Amino acid sequence: MTWLAATPVLVPLATVVATALAHKNPRLQSALSYLGVVAFLLCMLALVAAAHQGQPAQTVFGDWGVPYGIEFYVDRLSASMLLITAIMGLACLVFMASDADTAEPRHPLLLPLLHGVLVGVAGSFATADLFNLYVWFEVMLVSAMGLFALGGRVDQLDATFKYFVLNIFGTLMLLMAVGMVYAATGHLNYSALAQAAPYLSDWMSILLVTGLLLAFLIKAGAFPLFAWLPSSYHTLPAPVLALFAGLLTKVGVYAVLRTAGDIFAGSPDLIYEALGWIAAATMLFGVLGAAYHWDMRRILAFHIISQIGYILLGVALASQAGNAATLFYTLHHIIVKANLFLIAAIIWRLSGDYDLRKIGGLYKVKPLLGLLFLIPALSLVGIPPLSGFWSKVLVLQEALAQGQYVWTFVALLVSVLTLYSMVKIWMEAFWKPHPDKNWALPHNTRLAPAYAATLGLAALTLLISLNPQPLIEYAQAAALSLGAR
Amino acid sequence: MIWLLALTVWITTSAGVYLALSRDVFRCVFGLGILGSAVILALFASGRLGSVQPAVIPLGETVLRDAANPLPQALALTAIVIGFALICFSLVLALRLIQRADTDDSVALRMSEPIPTDPVKPPYNGAEHEPALPTTATPTPGGAA
Repeated sequence: MTWLAATPVLVPLATVVATALAHKNPRLQSALSYLGVVAFLLCMLALVAAAHQGQPAQTVFGDWGVPYGIEFYVDRLSASMLLITAIMGLACLVFMASDADTAEPRHPLLLPLLHGVLVGVAGSFATADLFNLYVWFEVMLVSAMGLFALGGRVDQLDATFKYFVLNIFGTLMLLMAVGMVYAATGHLNYSALAQAAPYLSDWMSILLVTGLLLAFLIKAGAFPLFAWLPSSYHTLPAPVLALFAGLLTKVGVYAVLRTAGDIFAGSPDLIYEALGWIAAATMLFGVLGAAYHWDMRRILAFHIISQIGYILLGVALASQAGNAATLFYTLHHIIVKANLFLIAAIIWRLSGDYDLRKIGGLYKVKPLLGLLFLIPALSLVGIPPLSGFWSKVLVLQEALAQGQYVWTFVALLVSVLTLYSMVKIWMEAFWKPHPDKNWALPHNTRLAPAYAATLGLAALTLLISLNPQPLIEYAQAAALSLGAR
Repeated sequence: MIWLLALTVWITTSAGVYLALSRDVFRCVFGLGILGSAVILALFASGRLGSVQPAVIPLGETVLRDAANPLPQALALTAIVIGFALICFSLVLALRLIQRADTDDSVALRMSEPIPTDPVKPPYNGAEHEPALPTTATPTPGGAA
């Protein structure tokens, strides 16, 4: 079963090549793209099944021994992240068939670059080698910048530049940290590093872990280096935006969890203490930024940041329950966030703008769309019994058990402010009358694929909400294997 | 030798950070490129500087002796290739950006930000919901016209 561990990279990479070769034939390109994503999804299901049975897929390239060759190791944590990546890829692709802010006509390089992002994301989740992780980060970065710049509008170029500068700074820091880790331990493989970590002196392990975490936190969009995110994401076409919002920052979060919760699990308390305060600040400043804005995409982009804070709080608690909560929260959040962006695009198609001040009146004509919006929106806030409630319960229960009252208080306060933002979108886009008296629903819209994608994601949210126990058990089993190499 | 390399890394990093903090878009890109070179130099030192022998096993032997550590060399090569591609992309990007935006001042590049004059206030919701404003205009402070 060694080939299975390489599929997270091989399948999307093959799709990149196939769709790039078929760039002159849009229909063939779409067909190949669907084929690639479905194959990807099936392989990831097989990986989750293998990991769940306690036989994680593993492969070491080039027949080298384990600590020397580049290793792919898909444990429960990686497998679940890979599966959600494939689901997001599929949802994004289905949505792209609609006409809701999908930048038509489609650029011939859009699909190859999109699959390129999937290669980078999946590679980062699957690899068990620190330098290899850096390479996948770069693959992700290059493909993402291609997608940013593809439209060629001046605001898109500006966004690309901002995204580029801060992210390249992050990857350079990562490269530096990888060099320092190698210099201090002589290893790059995760398991070998985990075995070498206890022999490091306290200050050395603080130095190494801080270097790695700083790089990953820039990628995750944590306070104070999140400025690149809200100033660039909104220039993307909606399906790509949803994919980025769901996955890219979560790769950073995953890397933080891998570093602080798994490889260097026994690091000095100072690291986790600092991470906790960063998490609290990320939550608070993200949600305050969202309260200021009126553009739906900017509001939602700031909420990515604020939710990243909750996820990081789970890592900062440095316990098995905290790590399990982090995984559960990440999986729930990816689905909900991507869905919100997609629904915002449907709202744009129907009412004509992303600016909440210029739209309204949707509840009167599309009441069921309102219901569809409320599922992810209330889940993001954490209203029971939706999935956001369970994930917040898991994080805050552990925070209270550890006596972290300040962080818990900030988290609860941020929940209320999140509710404010979601109610703002609801009141403005759905409840109030449309400011333009002559406004009517546009005819000849092609929204069936958009509804299919958003309904699918909403169904997943409801599934997690009404039956959270299997996923919680899976996350706890995943957390059990972390830090125990 | 290691101190010489450390000094080089230090100077290169300073130059890179200085340029990257510049308002000029091209300088910023060049600064990031130089910073990348500094990081690669540091990466090179992670395998310890000692031997200058190439990492090739002589014919008939099975053990590598007295040779330089090949792994940091491989890492540095990979990083150089990736860095080169990124710098090429970013130079083209910066060129296009400057052409389209007609400025290379990163403070003036606010095309993807909200419009600074956009009044962040609740939307107009019909005249009957607006608060009653005083009818007389308030005099401007300082008495300016």
